[in-house]
Formats: sequence, structure tokens, C-alpha cells
Amino acid sequence: MSIHTKTIAQLSQGLKDKEFSSVEITQHYLDRINKSDLNAFITVTDELAMQQAQAADDKIASGNGGILTGIPYAHKDIFCTKGVKTSAGSKMLDNFISPYDATVSHNLNQADLVMLGKANMDEFAMGSSNENSFYGEVKNPWNKNKIPGGSSGGSAAAVAGGLSCFATGTDTGGSIRQPASLCGITGLKPTYGRISRYGMIAYASSLDQAGPMTKTAEDAAIVLNAMAGFDEKDSTSAEQDVPDYTANLNDSIKGLTIGLPKEFFSEGLDDAVATEVMNAVKEFESMGATVKEISLPNSAYAIPTYYIVAPCECSSNLSRLDGVRYGYRCNDPKDLEDLYLRSRSEGFGAEVKRRIMIGAYALSAGYYDAYYLKAQKTRHLISDDFKKAFKEVDVIMGPVSPTTAFDLGSVKDSVSMYLADIYTLSANLAGLPGMSIPAGFSNKLPVGLQLIGNYWSETKLLNIAHQFQQQTDWHTKTPEEG
Amino acid sequence: MEWETVIGLEIHAQLSTKSKIFSSAATKFGQEPNSQACAVDLGLPGVLPVLNVEVVNKAIKFGLAVGAHINQRNIFDRKNYFYPDLPKGYQISQMDIPIVGEGEIEITVDNEIKVVGITRAHLEEDAGKSVHDMFNEYTAIDLNRAGTPLLEIVSDPDMRSAKEAVAYAKKIHALVQYIDICDGNMQEGSFRCDANVSIRPMGQEELGTRAELKNINSFKFLERAINLEVERQQDILEEGGSVLQETRLYDAVKHQTRSMRSKEEANDYRYFPDPDLLPVEISDELMASIKATLPELPVEKKARFIADLGLNEYDADILTSQKSLADYFEATLKGNEKNAKLCANWVMGELSALLNKNQLEIEQSHVSAQALSQLVARIGDDTISGKIAKDVFKAMWEGEGSADSIIESKGLKQMTDTGAIEAIVDEIIANNSPQVEQFKSGNEKILGFFVGQAMKASQGKANPKLLNELLRKKLS
Amino acid sequence: MSLSEQQVTQIAYLARLSLSGDELKDNTQDLNAILGLAEQLGAINTDGIEPMAHPLHMTQRLRADVITEVDQSEVFQSIAPNTGNKHYLVPTVIE
Ligand SMILES: [Mg+2]
Ligand SMILES: [Zn+2]
Repeated sequence: MSIHTKTIAQLSQGLKDKEFSSVEITQHYLDRINKSDLNAFITVTDELAMQQAQAADDKIASGNGGILTGIPYAHKDIFCTKGVKTSAGSKMLDNFISPYDATVSHNLNQADLVMLGKANMDEFAMGSSNENSFYGEVKNPWNKNKIPGGSSGGSAAAVAGGLSCFATGTDTGGSIRQPASLCGITGLKPTYGRISRYGMIAYASSLDQAGPMTKTAEDAAIVLNAMAGFDEKDSTSAEQDVPDYTANLNDSIKGLTIGLPKEFFSEGLDDAVATEVMNAVKEFESMGATVKEISLPNSAYAIPTYYIVAPCECSSNLSRLDGVRYGYRCNDPKDLEDLYLRSRSEGFGAEVKRRIMIGAYALSAGYYDAYYLKAQKTRHLISDDFKKAFKEVDVIMGPVSPTTAFDLGSVKDSVSMYLADIYTLSANLAGLPGMSIPAGFSNKLPVGLQLIGNYWSETKLLNIAHQFQQQTDWHTKTPEEG
Repeated sequence: MEWETVIGLEIHAQLSTKSKIFSSAATKFGQEPNSQACAVDLGLPGVLPVLNVEVVNKAIKFGLAVGAHINQRNIFDRKNYFYPDLPKGYQISQMDIPIVGEGEIEITVDNEIKVVGITRAHLEEDAGKSVHDMFNEYTAIDLNRAGTPLLEIVSDPDMRSAKEAVAYAKKIHALVQYIDICDGNMQEGSFRCDANVSIRPMGQEELGTRAELKNINSFKFLERAINLEVERQQDILEEGGSVLQETRLYDAVKHQTRSMRSKEEANDYRYFPDPDLLPVEISDELMASIKATLPELPVEKKARFIADLGLNEYDADILTSQKSLADYFEATLKGNEKNAKLCANWVMGELSALLNKNQLEIEQSHVSAQALSQLVARIGDDTISGKIAKDVFKAMWEGEGSADSIIESKGLKQMTDTGAIEAIVDEIIANNSPQVEQFKSGNEKILGFFVGQAMKASQGKANPKLLNELLRKKLS
Repeated sequence: MSLSEQQVTQIAYLARLSLSGDELKDNTQDLNAILGLAEQLGAINTDGIEPMAHPLHMTQRLRADVITEVDQSEVFQSIAPNTGNKHYLVPTVIE
């Protein structure tokens, strides 16, 4: 077994046992990144990584290392990192060297992690295919003609392609779960408010949530321990203690009630994906779980609801990118108007502009009630559906994405692209935790199983996922290299 | 045609907190450009706002002081527009549910009391400052002020003249200082007034089209700007034109208002609840504890001055019109409780005259309230007469020392020795027999002549009461 | 309801974006398609439903009024497009 297929748990043990040093594994990853053509990274911070690795080795030598000390990871380029370019995948921030650290970046530094670089992503996290990056599309390690999913596509490709042990991601409408599913890795979007959003460049503030993208559920638990926590700099972060998410991984899941929303298995779902998902559910049944059909009647409206709420918030969040204090400014603006118009028109990509305009329109005088307010109300209905469901079941399961990874460049219109988010959006609208775990293959492309839990049930979700991974080996599969 | 003026004011009071409304940067005035603009104030990517507790407390204090409804659940919204001194491209403000709801305040104009309604008061962040004259081709932006907490106090359109508007503005200005939520410094922009002005034919119910006057930084300019605007609107309407709804800047130098290059129609603020800030919830306990910290309000103080000190309405009104004046008066009153009217006269008379003459605020007075208090006490205990006191006061103003030391060193103490006064009286009576005759034949007025002579002889120091008694006794 | 190119130009301006000829055409088409999607919401009865602005029913936590920030203007201005005399500079704004 080579270094880049090892989990955090395995690398950590190896570091402790002096099987290898952090400098060695970091160099190993950096070499692989160098040779890779996945385009998973926007910035490779090799010097910094080697410094951090050396410091980690010193710490381990002195006996003060923690479980994450010296583990190399890829950091989504949406998290501000002090002194390192933080672009959010946009030309707008191509020259932005962040003067401060996001709380997540700070937390991961505190855990002595080694940052290999900043992972590629859809511009400002808007996209489901990672084709919207100013730095070019990311390729799926399982098939380089396919998309890796988005917006955390660079993160997913880095982990699946053996370019980092794990990665950070953010999930506003599925951006952790969907690329995790399409790249065959484990991804967790925690409950809204579990991880600080401070320093995570905002797309849609009431939906954005960071999370780990890892090889296994156990690794996700280890990373979540480091990422999570109340932050006084984020008013929407929850004042709740962080339990040890690894503590209950081995609990039995006998008697678990799984809810299958009938709306998640209707028209539009690829047959092969449905089959893999149902096989996974059967596996759970064999492990002592019971299955129940449930209904989330308003989930069909998740797409229009999301594609109003998120653009409204983003249209306002992205107003600060005006070419005045940082970021891109057009050449020779002739007046202020020209500065605004050209800086923003030249700095933003097509999809970002589209969403900004949708939001500007939906919030404008005369349309607010029909669009924004209406969407806020349907959001409430969608959320209430889950409340009802969780009175009957412990966890909801279904597909993550209606299909496996599609061909790069094959989906050309926005609406078709949006429709593929159908199964992931509701969890964000409701603020619930969700996971994607590898559950099979179709046409040599990974299929993910989605788990949606009740509020603050990350421990339970990780336990369920870990138990599944004890019985299956989908999560150990790696793409062929070549 | 006879026109009626309708005015509503929007007052931005800067809340006197140490740190900003949503960040932990300082709010101090006059610092190096951008030295107090932190990551949050600059709107760097990824930063988030966290609300300052003092801002909430101060807003509640104001609400309670004007008897307003406090919305114990209130919401922050984003007001979206682009301007270089607005770092995030939106201002965090309160649109739908402001912290302070309807209230009211009494004003006095021409001895008549009028109640002005307060529509609402909401919290918001200030923008930065644009400097247009520092560079030729550039506007320079200083974001130190960005994120400074403001309470925007919106009145009902209840004022009918510039004079009423000024009275209202002054009343709010006094109140925010009384309750210690704003320093009221208009030069530094801590207290700013925008006026919504419209006119309508007398007797018409419907409001006319209003213009919003901005950039007014003194009460004097407020009055001028409104009067100017009323004239402008009258001219337009009387010539058959119509008033445009627009924002107009007052130019104090040119004494004119001019339309702001109006992109107003294109402005669509797209208000929506700020997803970074959760609803603010105010408990009954917090309301009660803030209520307990409220100081005596101007109306209460005025009523007490009338009831307990026996001052008249006019004096009480003036003395409570500014917190600093009321504080000064009350400090003067210490030890002179039985001579409240005398204290009032001195504060409103001699003191105010000298302050006006030297263009000083009461805080800058050369004579402290404690010093004046001693002087008033010396009048009260007959050590000096009121007339001599005026000379002592002038000496005090010039820095010659305390009332007592000046009286002592200049030997101004009243003669209260009956024997000494008697000797003077005897001498005057002896030297002025024709006048004595006149008095005896019934000319009471001539008594003044004797008083004057005796005062002259005593260098003004004879106790007037004693002198009068002795004169009457000896003459009859 | 369908947005015209002129309306899209206005919306773009609200967001301080300008669209070139082809961009305008494409965006008008896209925006109409997306708004068509949003029109589905009209089918749901939301009478009496509270709008949901936050996923969690939490209330605002308040910060103590303490200054913790220090002057970092030099670092902040080192990444600014144009500065002078410690100010951020933009083309002259006429008020
Ligand atoms: Mg206003
Ligand atoms: Zn305001």
C-alpha cells in the first residue's frame, strides 16, 4: 500500500511509528501533484508545506503530536489563508493575497496540518461541474473526460486522485456531497452553524457550510473534530460543544430506521444509479436496519427555491467585489461608473454574472414578494417536511446525483445543470447535515449514497457511514493511474 | 395662495460606543486615515458582522426616553447600493422591524407646547468618508468612519415651520446627551439632520411632493436650508411648475440647495434580511434594567424645577434645554437651594451674557458652577449686594480668584455695623437740610437721594436693608 | 412573463455589470429560462407560512463593546489597486 492511498488514521499511525516522516509524505504528495494533469489545484504551496511538515515532524519527535499532526491536505480556495492567494476560483480575486486567516484555516493550522495548496473550484462556489473556474476545468480522476462535480471539484479530485490525504470543501447546494459522490470519496456537510463561516468567502450566507472530504467516514470524523466549533466571529455559528465525533463510530446500527423519500426515486434518476443506491440500502437492511418509504412532498420545489434564495444572497454578497479596496480593477477606468462596470464585468465569469442578475432582479422593487419572499416561504415548507420525516425515521437515504459524472462540456444550458442538484439542495435549505459515501460503480464511474440526518446528528451519520464502510469496500477503490 | 409647510426630520445620532457596531475596531474621531478600518469594516471577502451589545442598549434607552414601543424582536436588513465609501456594496440597516417603534416628544415654540411624533428609530452602520479635494483626478476614501453605529431617528411630518423643526432637532439633541447615548458633536458629524420638506395649499389634507435636504451640520443651517427650500418650492408652484422628489444638498457657503446628481430613479435598494445576522431578541429583564439606568429626562427635570424650586415655566424650559446647562445650574444651586430663582437669574443672565459675548459653550466657561455657587451664596447671606456681585463676577471671569478672595482683597464686604452706617447717615442728614425738609413734607421719593449719597459715601458697601431702616428712623 | 433585453440591461446595471451584444442575448435567454423555473413556486400555497431567512431558529448573540483591532492599514493597502496619502483612490466622484 502506497502512501497516497492511506487514510488519515493510517498515516497518523505511521508517523507515530516512524514508518515515515511528514516531510516524506508531504514530498510524496507534492511530487504527485506536480505530475498530475487533473488541474485540482489553483495554488500549490510547496515551500509552506515543507515548512509545516518539518515543524510537524519536530512536534511528533517531541511527543506532542496530535492525530492530525503532519497530515497533508488540500484546502478549498474559498477559505482565506493569510499570506497565500485566495481566489475563490475567480479572476476577480486572482491577485488577492489574503491578509487574514479564516477560522477554519486557523483551526487546521492549530491541528498542525500540512497545507499542500489551494484546491480548484467553481468560481465563488457557483457550479456543479467545476467548469466555472477561472483556472480551468478539473478532471475526474476516474475518467479524465468527465467532470469531477462541483463546486468543490478540485478537493474531490485531489482526494480521489491521490493528490492529498483529505480536503476541505464547502456545500451551499451540494458542493461537498455531489463531487464526493462523482469522485467516489466520503463527504460530509454538517448542520448549518456547526463550522464557522468566518473567512470562508460567502456565496449564499444562509446556506453555506464547510465540511471534510475524505477517504473514509472515520477520517471525516477526525477532520470534523478539528474544523467544528463555535466562533464568536460568526453570529450564525452555534454555541454548542463539539463532541468527539470518532467516539461512536463503532456503535451498532441495529434497529436503525431508514427513510427513503419516494420523491428521490422518481423520474429523472438514472437506473444504474438507482440500482447501486438500492443495493446499498439492502446492505443496511442486512446489518439490522429497517427501511420505510417516506414523502418529502415539497422537495420538488427545492430547485426553484434554491435558485432564488442563493442568487439573492450572492448578488448582495458579491457587491463588495468592486475594484476599490482589493481584487481586480479594470485598466484606466475613465470614471467611477466605468470602474465598477468594467471591473465587475471583466472580473466575473458567466455563471456568476447570471446568478448575480437573477438575485438583483428577484430582490428588486415589485418582484421581491413574488420571488424572494415566496422562496423564503417554500423554504419553510421544505424544512417542515424534514421535521415531519424525522419523527418517523433516524436517517434519510437516497441518491446524491441523478447520474454519474457526465462528460466535460456536455451540459450547456444553466437550467439543465441546475436540475442535477435536485437531491442535494433540500438539506441546505433546511440546514440539515448530509453525507455522501461511495456505494458502487456504474460504467466504471463512482456512485454515491446520500445520508441526511436530523439537526446536530453528525455523530450518528458518521457512525452509520462507518458501519457501512466496515461491510463494504467501495471506499477503498482507487482510479487506475496512467 | 397661502401655503403650509410640512417638515419631517431624519436625524442620524452617532452612538457613543468604544467599538463599531459590527466590528471591534475603534470609533475615535480624527485618527490617521484608514487606521481604524479593520477587515470587517473594509468588507474583505469572508468577513462577518457581530453586533455590539452597547449599541442595542443605547437604542433601547432612547426608545424608553421617548415613550416608544420597543420591538423586542427586531431584524437587520441589507440596503444594497454601490458607492466607494460603502465597502460591502450594502449598508446594514433596519427596514422592516426597527428596534424602536412609535414614540413622541414635546417641543416648545413661542411659548406653546406641541407634540411631535417619532415614527421609528433604527440602527445602522455609517459609511466612510469621500475626500474630493485631496487629488486632482481621484476621490480619496477614508473608511475610519465605516461601521460607526448610528441611530436614525425618523419623525412624523409634524413640523410646520423651520422654527419648529429646529426646536425639535434641539430637543432630540438635548435628549441624546441627557441619556448619554451620543456626544451631540455636530462639527464632527456625531449628530446630523436631514429634512424632508414639502408645501401644500393651506387646508389641503394631501401632502405635497417633498425634497430631502442633506448635508446640514448646524441648527442655524437647518433653519436656513428649510426656509430656502420652502421659498424655492413656492416659486415653482406659483409659476405653475411641479416639485421634483429628489435629494438636495445644502451649500452653506453659497447659501443654496442643489440637486444631487440624481440617479435616484435607478436606485433600487433591494432590501432583504441580512443572512449573516440573526434576529435580535430583547428580554423583559434587559428592558427593565435599562429603564432603571435612565437618568432624569428633560421633561421630568423641568417639572421638578417648577414644582420644587418655584421657577417659572420659561426659566425651567431654558435651563433644561441642554444637559450641560442644567448640570451647571444644578451645581450652582448646591448650598443655594433657598435662592433658586437667584441662581437661575445668574446662570441665564450674567453668565450666559459673557458666554455669548465670548462665543463659548458652557463647558468652556471661565467661571465654574462651584465658583458661581459661592458668589450667589455671598449675595444670599448679605455679604455683598447684587450690584457689587456683578463686579466680583467680572473679576472672577478675568481669573482674579474666587468670590471670597476677591471680596476680601478688594474689601467689598457690606457694612453691617449699625454704628458705622449711622455715622454716615447722620452726616448726610446734617449736610442736606433742604432735602430733609422735602422728605418731611411728604416727598417719599427723595429717600432715594439719601440712599445714593450714603452708598457713595460707603463705596457701595452699606447694607441696603440696614441703611433704609436707619434713614427712615432718623428722617422721621 | 418574460424579460426583454432592455430589462436585462437595467438589471445588469443595478448589479453594476454591463453586457455586450452576444452576452446580452444569451443572458436574456438564460434569465428567462431560470425565471421560468422559479415560476413553479406559484403553484404552492404559502398562505400563512412564515418566511424562513435562517435555517436555525437562533437569535443574535451580542458582542461586548471592546476594542480588539489594531491598525493594519499598511497590510490592507498593500493589496489595494490604488492608494495615496493612506486613502483608497477611485476616479473623481462628482456629487
Ligand atoms: Mg434615511
Ligand atoms: Zn440612515
